[in-house]
Amino acid sequence: MTTRTLAVVTAGLGRPSSTRLLADRLAATTRRLLEEQGVSVEVEVVELRDIAHELTDNLLTGFPGARLRAATERVVRADGLIAVTPIFTASYSGLFKSFFDVLEADVLADKPVLIAATGGTERHSLALDHAVRPMFAYLRAVVTPTAVYAASSDWGSREDALDQRVERAARELADLVARGGAAGPVDPFDEPTPFEQLLSGP
Amino acid sequence: MQFGIFTVGDVTPDPTTGRAPSEAERIKATVRIALKAEEVGLDVFATGEHHNPPFVPSSPTTTLAFIAAQTERIVLSTATTLITTNDPVKIAEDYATLQHLTDGRVDLMMGRGNTGPVYPWFGKDIRDGIPLAVENYHLLRRLWREDVVDWEGRFRTPLQSFTATPRPLDGVPPFVWHGSIRSPEIAEQAAYYGDGFFHNNIFWPMSHTEQMVALYRRRFEHYGHGRADQAIVGLGGQVFMRPSSQDAVREFRPYFDNAPVYGHGPSLEDFSEQTPLTVGSPQQVIERHLTFREHVGDYQRQLFLMDHAGLPLKTVLEQLDILGEQVVPVLRKELDARRPAHVPDAPTHATLKAAGEAEQLEVGAR
Repeated sequence: MTTRTLAVVTAGLGRPSSTRLLADRLAATTRRLLEEQGVSVEVEVVELRDIAHELTDNLLTGFPGARLRAATERVVRADGLIAVTPIFTASYSGLFKSFFDVLEADVLADKPVLIAATGGTERHSLALDHAVRPMFAYLRAVVTPTAVYAASSDWGSREDALDQRVERAARELADLVARGGAAGPVDPFDEPTPFEQLLSGP
Repeated sequence: MQFGIFTVGDVTPDPTTGRAPSEAERIKATVRIALKAEEVGLDVFATGEHHNPPFVPSSPTTTLAFIAAQTERIVLSTATTLITTNDPVKIAEDYATLQHLTDGRVDLMMGRGNTGPVYPWFGKDIRDGIPLAVENYHLLRRLWREDVVDWEGRFRTPLQSFTATPRPLDGVPPFVWHGSIRSPEIAEQAAYYGDGFFHNNIFWPMSHTEQMVALYRRRFEHYGHGRADQAIVGLGGQVFMRPSSQDAVREFRPYFDNAPVYGHGPSLEDFSEQTPLTVGSPQQVIERHLTFREHVGDYQRQLFLMDHAGLPLKTVLEQLDILGEQVVPVLRKELDARRPAHVPDAPTHATLKAAGEAEQLEVGAR
């Protein structure tokens, strides 16, 4: 049986956090859909709140602490990523952005990513498409067409609109992840560019 | 094994008094520190090169020659020489001149620099950092090794029938180290030429230094310069010492907390755990530095960063006394005892000259 790994990055600050709640629903649905295709799934959750100090230290010193390094390695190696942020001041939170700021260039290239966000009201939902999606486009990740936004009111809604959005987005991610091929970049320490090639120039 | 110090040359206010030295005071302090390094028995003094405030060492060979005139034995070096933005022709001329003035007490360490605007200020593009380091250094080697050079490259005016003067002392170019914190290409470059590789080892965890050095050693062997464990490795390090570790921590903490590079980030305790920074008694410094070889193999040069973050000159000179009297003699003895016979010392002018003469004889005998 094929196994795929899903990394879940969640930037919620509360405990419990609705951002984590949304992340868990997306991960569970993606897992179910992959398992229906005969793919077993390992989910690894990165709670950015737990490494917030290390993230700031990394911005200041230029290198990651042990827990942050472990978290970035889990994300880089995963076959797919679910990235969920609260919307603060019309965009992703600073904590969420900091995590992606300290990643090495190109490590998310070709990575299937499902983006999602939470907010107090529905009025911020387009921040996903105006802010979060362009950031992942810059990182050359493959972002699913459907992004999922959950407002506070969604958690008490009689309709199943959020369920439907979760289902659709998870299906898009599951299809990308099932295909595989996002194993991460070549380690330059394993395979250095031979010097003759550096010397002969581009 | 060589022991020495390297200086960034920062003009930083002393956080305990708020007072910053003038540029004149800082430059003279650098000289005092270098003379002290020789006095306490260290082998190497290396200066950084910067072209922006708050740093003073923009003209390394001027300062190194001034130090050389007042010393007898210490090797003058750089940490680093900007191979990206300096004209390789001028590097060839400046350091060959310094060789003659110092009777060969010169080597140098190539680096790319970490200040973005320096590239455009010198007419270069930071995105070309690696290609500049590769092309410029290749030309520099030829200028030192070939009497007449015809050359054309991407970044510099072509040269026709050019002779860099003076020629290297005794026909032996200075030994070159390549310093890089995180670029595998530079470890590869050092390995290709059989030059030395230096890791600053201050700002990153030892596990990272280990990865860079391992790559350099593996490729050194690949390019046929000897066994991997015979490659020439240097490490930086950062220490602050007092007889009791509590006193060392108490005195150094304000300098750490406000240091230009890592200040206001991790705690002194966290940073000491994550990186090779050691603040404590001389014995603690000895014990920590005896472990470095377990990560990078037996190595040839250990440089310490002593004068930064606004530490007063008096304190730096005291630190050098402790380093020279209590730490280095023990490290020298212990590390020499642990190093297998087939692992060479760092090359000096004398050993390179002797090796060159031996090679000539061998060629003659054939």
